[in-house]
Amino acid sequence: MILARGLTKRYGHKTAVDRADFSVASGHVTGFLGPNGAGKSTTMRMILGLDRPTAGDVTVNGKHYRDLGAPLREVGALLEARAAQGGRTARNHLRCLARSNGIPDRRADEVLRLVGLEAVAGQQVRNFSLGMSQRLGIAGALLGDPPILMFDEPVNGLDPEGILWIRTLIRQLAAEGRTVFVSSHLMAEMALTADHLVVIGRGRILADTDMRDFIDTNATSHVLVRSPRLTDLVPLLSARGWRVDPEGRDAVRVHGTPPDAIGDLAADHGIRLHELAPVRPSLEEAFMRLTGDTVEYHAGTPGQPPIPPDVAAGGAA
Amino acid sequence: MTAAGAAGRRRPPHASFANVLSSEWTKIRTVPSTFWTLLAGALIIIGFSALWAWAFTASFDQLDRADRASISPTSPMQIAFYFGMVVFGVLGVLVISGEYGSGMIRASLTAMPRRAEYLAAKAVVVAGVVLVAGLVVSFASFFVSQPILMINHLDGSLGDRGVLRSVFGGGLFLALIAVMALGIGTIVRHTAGSIVTMFVILFVLGIVGGFLPGSWGRTLNQYLPSNAGSAILAPVRQSGSLAPWAGLGVFALYTAVVLLVAVVLFRSRDA
Repeated sequence: MILARGLTKRYGHKTAVDRADFSVASGHVTGFLGPNGAGKSTTMRMILGLDRPTAGDVTVNGKHYRDLGAPLREVGALLEARAAQGGRTARNHLRCLARSNGIPDRRADEVLRLVGLEAVAGQQVRNFSLGMSQRLGIAGALLGDPPILMFDEPVNGLDPEGILWIRTLIRQLAAEGRTVFVSSHLMAEMALTADHLVVIGRGRILADTDMRDFIDTNATSHVLVRSPRLTDLVPLLSARGWRVDPEGRDAVRVHGTPPDAIGDLAADHGIRLHELAPVRPSLEEAFMRLTGDTVEYHAGTPGQPPIPPDVAAGGAA
Repeated sequence: MTAAGAAGRRRPPHASFANVLSSEWTKIRTVPSTFWTLLAGALIIIGFSALWAWAFTASFDQLDRADRASISPTSPMQIAFYFGMVVFGVLGVLVISGEYGSGMIRASLTAMPRRAEYLAAKAVVVAGVVLVAGLVVSFASFFVSQPILMINHLDGSLGDRGVLRSVFGGGLFLALIAVMALGIGTIVRHTAGSIVTMFVILFVLGIVGGFLPGSWGRTLNQYLPSNAGSAILAPVRQSGSLAPWAGLGVFALYTAVVLLVAVVLFRSRDA
């Protein structure tokens, strides 16, 4: 259980994390979602006692991180892909970490096998690819067989095979009953792995909620309708009070009704439909609606998603 | 700290000081830079000792009586230390700056978040390693220069007055240098910047001090780090320098101050 109360980090005038309240419950995969620069890494570093909060507090299992007797046995963390000295071999790197917590040397070989690096255990870390370094970092996190794991952007820069491996690993760790707190700005990745979500934007916690609830609250389902006679169909749809948004040249998105009603209406008027598909809201859509205002570096594209009034008010700070 | 009681009841393996020491010992012996740095330091100090012993011998006929009298059995070693000691400082710097440079520091502090203990373990390991290596280097540089000095009967033995203390003290001095360098590395956090700082403290300051005018200049010069520390290398106290143990004591004091500043900054800064 990780518990943050009023957690704040300021660098000069810039506030990286602003009065964050959230909890990471045991036995779940909690996704930590936010745009780049939103304060995810800073928050994780504060949880691990690496950065000192300007105000507020965060505890792991009711204790400050620095008071954990054997930290590696309680929390395993992957913060950055490359965090090993180049001249050392993978095995020795892990032994250095293991020994500080009284973990026997043979555990280094065990975790190397677990992440598929046993063949390069004796090689210097400087020759490792990004993917191998990432695996070594995860091996380090697993050294103490901890009940809590934290991964900061674990799939960044990985090839598809590496991404699949991490996704499977996270699911497997959760299935073993562990708590996993994983940050990402990749929505699809989150939707696949997380049960619970903590959403951060410009240092503020925007949501701390169940994944399903988050999507249902922040995005709406709609029906995609494709037809060669849209000009005839759209007035009929609007007349029923359903909201219609254009989608490409020959399709519309219809809000506020199930697909069967649209199909019946079209049939009644002899209008052919080429597609009639209910579209479930995606995490991506929900996230974009919630954080549209809080992305730090906009690309300046037109047609940004509408901003909920509560977020717009908060984001102005 | 309330941790001691809680730790006692915990599962036995935990991040105790002994475990962190074992971790640091593993770290220092599993990077190639440790070996190469020690080898470079040893070669410079032992090599220059032999070279200067030869230089004294070769130019002996041109020296006047006063110059001849000022040559002691450890003179070549003293000069060699002046050139080589900074290399042992590089080892002390690398022990911490290597972690900052690679990002390993964050993995290390996640494993051992009690930073004062963490730095203390590093200091003990660095001091131990460089003390052993430094004693070997110090004795080797003494023994390598004696046969050469013997040609003009300038040599001596460990039994002569102050000689054993000088040679043994050489090892102590190198260990202190490495610990001071660890402190500087912790403060500066970058390898190159730390090494330059070490170089200024050990090498440049000593030269600058030699140009200071007047009696205050001479007094200040004695207390400059490298001059104070190398007083231990002379069998008999030399004019214009502190007494041997007093000098090394002053250097130890500087080391303690640097380490204290390092601990305070290390504990308060973000890693």
